[in-house]
Amino acid sequence: MNLHEYQAKSLFKDYGLPVSDGYAVDTADEAVEAATKIGGDRWVVKVQVHAGGRGKAGGVKLADSLDEVRAFADNWIGKNLVTFQTDEHGQPVSKIYVESCTDIDTELYLGAVVDRGSRRVVFMASTEGGVEIEKVAEETPEKILRATINPYVGAQPYQGRQLAFDLGLKGDQIKQFTSLFLGLAKLFDDLDCSLLEINPLVITTEGNIHCLDAKVNIDNNALYRQKKIAEMHDPSQEDEREAQAAEFNLNYVALDGNIGCMVNGAGLAMGTMDLVKTKGGNPANFLDVGGGATKETVSEAFKIILSDKNVKAVLINIFGGIVSCATIADGIIGAVEEVGVEVPVVVRFEGNNAEAGRKRLADSGLNIIAAKSLSDAAEQAVEAAGGKA
Amino acid sequence: MSILVDKNTKVICQGFTGSQGTLHSEQALKYGTQLVGGVTPGKGGSEHLGLPVFDTVKDAVEKTGATASVIYVPAPFCKDSILEAVDAGIELVVCITEGIPTLDMLYVKAALDATGTRLVGPNCPGVITPGECKIGIMPGEIHLPGKVGIVSRSGTLTYEAVKQTTDRKFGQSTCVGIGGDPIPGSHFIDILSLLEQDPGTEAIVMVGEIGGTAEEEAAEFIKSNVSKPVVGYIAGVTAPPGKRMGHAGAIIAGGKGTAKDKFAALNAAGVRTVESLADIGDALAEVTGWA
Repeated sequence: MNLHEYQAKSLFKDYGLPVSDGYAVDTADEAVEAATKIGGDRWVVKVQVHAGGRGKAGGVKLADSLDEVRAFADNWIGKNLVTFQTDEHGQPVSKIYVESCTDIDTELYLGAVVDRGSRRVVFMASTEGGVEIEKVAEETPEKILRATINPYVGAQPYQGRQLAFDLGLKGDQIKQFTSLFLGLAKLFDDLDCSLLEINPLVITTEGNIHCLDAKVNIDNNALYRQKKIAEMHDPSQEDEREAQAAEFNLNYVALDGNIGCMVNGAGLAMGTMDLVKTKGGNPANFLDVGGGATKETVSEAFKIILSDKNVKAVLINIFGGIVSCATIADGIIGAVEEVGVEVPVVVRFEGNNAEAGRKRLADSGLNIIAAKSLSDAAEQAVEAAGGKA
Repeated sequence: MSILVDKNTKVICQGFTGSQGTLHSEQALKYGTQLVGGVTPGKGGSEHLGLPVFDTVKDAVEKTGATASVIYVPAPFCKDSILEAVDAGIELVVCITEGIPTLDMLYVKAALDATGTRLVGPNCPGVITPGECKIGIMPGEIHLPGKVGIVSRSGTLTYEAVKQTTDRKFGQSTCVGIGGDPIPGSHFIDILSLLEQDPGTEAIVMVGEIGGTAEEEAAEFIKSNVSKPVVGYIAGVTAPPGKRMGHAGAIIAGGKGTAKDKFAALNAAGVRTVESLADIGDALAEVTGWA
C-alpha cells in the first residue's frame, strides 16, 4: 500500500525524524489558514497524489504570499495531476500539503527496501539527490552507497556513521544522519515497510539534515497488524476497477487490450495474457480469481471485466486445483444471466471437475465457445475479438 | 527415484483440524501419503481423520517419527508455525499459506539458514512425488510417476507443465512449487541442484515469472552445474512495470525483473525456453529425443 507524503511525514514525526511543519488541507481556505499558522512569508505547497514526478508536472510550488497559496489550492483541488509516472488521466488531487519553506544547500538521497536477492533490508544512500535514483543506479552505480541490515541484531550506529562519512557529511551532520538512519530502520521494521525513500534528503543552509520529501510503501500482507496505517488507505488513488476487485479478493490489473481474461492462479493468469499476445491479440486485463473462488466472486469478476468497454471477447482459462470448474461454470452462468453479455466468451476448463463444468456451460444454452486446448482457447479468443491486432 | 519426499516420508500437518488442513489432509491420505498425524494447539490427545492430534510439533515428532510437515495455518501465525517445526527438528517444512508478511519471512529465512531444515513455500502448491507422496494442494490425478522434475513459482502453471508431461507419458519424478512470494524458503537453485543429483530425474522443467532475479541466478547455476536438459518458461511478458501481478513477488520494480531479461538469461545458459506455455511438452520432447 502506498502512502501520501503527508501521511509518511506524520509517521516520520512520530519517530522524531526531521521533517518540516506542515498541514494537509482539503480547501483553499484551509490552505491559507495552515500557511498563517505556520508563519513566515514563504511556503511550499504540494499536491498529494500517489505518483512521483509531481514537481516537474507543476504539482509542487514555492508560494511567496498567502494569495499564491490560495491560488495553488484553488487550481489543483478537484483536478487530476498527470506526471510521467501516471497514465494520461493522472491522479485525482483531493488534498494539498502546506509546509514551511526549507533553504537547501545540498540534495542527497536515502532509501531502504527489502532486497530479494540478499533477503535483507538494505539501505541505499547517494550524493545524487533529487533525481531518479534508478537512473543513478544504472548510469553511475558507484554513487550508490549501501548498508545491509543484519536481521539478527538490527541496524547499528556504525552503519549510519559509515554512510554519513561516505556521503561527505561533516561535524554534527554525522550524528544527525546516524540518528535518522537508526530511526528509519526502526520505522521500517515496526511498520512493515516494503520501501522507504527520502528524495531529496537535504542539508539546509544552516547545515542540518532534513527530510524534504518522504515516500513510504507498506507490505499489504501486514496490514492486518498495522491498523493505524490501514486507515490511511486512500482508494481515490487506485484504479476504480482494481479497487472494486480487491473488495472481492480478486487480483485485477487493467491493461489496454481488448480480450478480457479470467484465470485462476497468478502465474497462469500472466501466462494466459502472454499466450493471447503470442497469438496476435492483446489482453485487456490481468485477473486472478484465486483458489478460493466462489460463484459470487466469479460473477463479480465477470462484471468487472465487462465494465471495460474495450473488451471485445472474454477468455476464461481455469485449471482446477482447489477450485472446481463446476463452481466457475455456475458463476459464469449467473453473471451472464444477471448482466447480459454481448461479447463472445471462450472457455477452457481443465483439472478439478472440468467435465462437469463443460457440461453445465453446454446445457445452459448460453453462447459460449468451448475450447479444446490452451492454444485453441487463445486462438479462438483472438479470432472472436476481431482477429490479430 | 525422487527428491525431498517419497513413499516412506512420514508427514504431519500443522493446522490439521482447520478447514484447509482437513480438506487437503483427506486428499493426501486418499493419495497414499504417509500422513501420520497433525498439530492443533489445545486439541492434543484427540483424533482427527483417524489420526492422532498433538499440541506441539515436538510432541508429534517424538510420537510419530515424522520428518516432514505441511502448514495450513492462517498467515499471521505462519512465522510461529514454521519456527516451531524447525525447532522440533523437522527436515522438510512445506508452507502452503499465502499472505505472510515479507518481514516475517525475512526473519524466518535468517533463522532457517542457521539450521538443517529446508522450507518449501510459502504461497505455493507444495511438493509431490507422483504415486508416492503428495504434500500440498495440487490435484493428484493429473500426475504420473516418471522422469521429469518440475520446479515452479506458480501453482497453476505447475499444473499446466504437469499435464503436458503426463499427456505425453513422460511423467514426473518430483514437482516442487517454490511459491510466489518475494522471500521464498527454497530458491530455484536449491531445487535444481537436487534434481540434477537425482538419478530418477532425466529432464527438468523450470517455470518462472516476473519479479526479482531468482531466474537469472538459476540461469548462472544451470550454466555450470546442470547437465540434464532444461526447458524454461517465464510468465509475464505482457505485465506492465510497477504493478503487482497477483503474487506478492511478481512485480517489475525499477526496471528489474522483466520476463525479457529472464528469458535472455536462460537462453544464454543453454536452457530451451518456450514463449508459449502450451509448448512445454513439445520442447521437452525435442531436447530429450523422447517420442
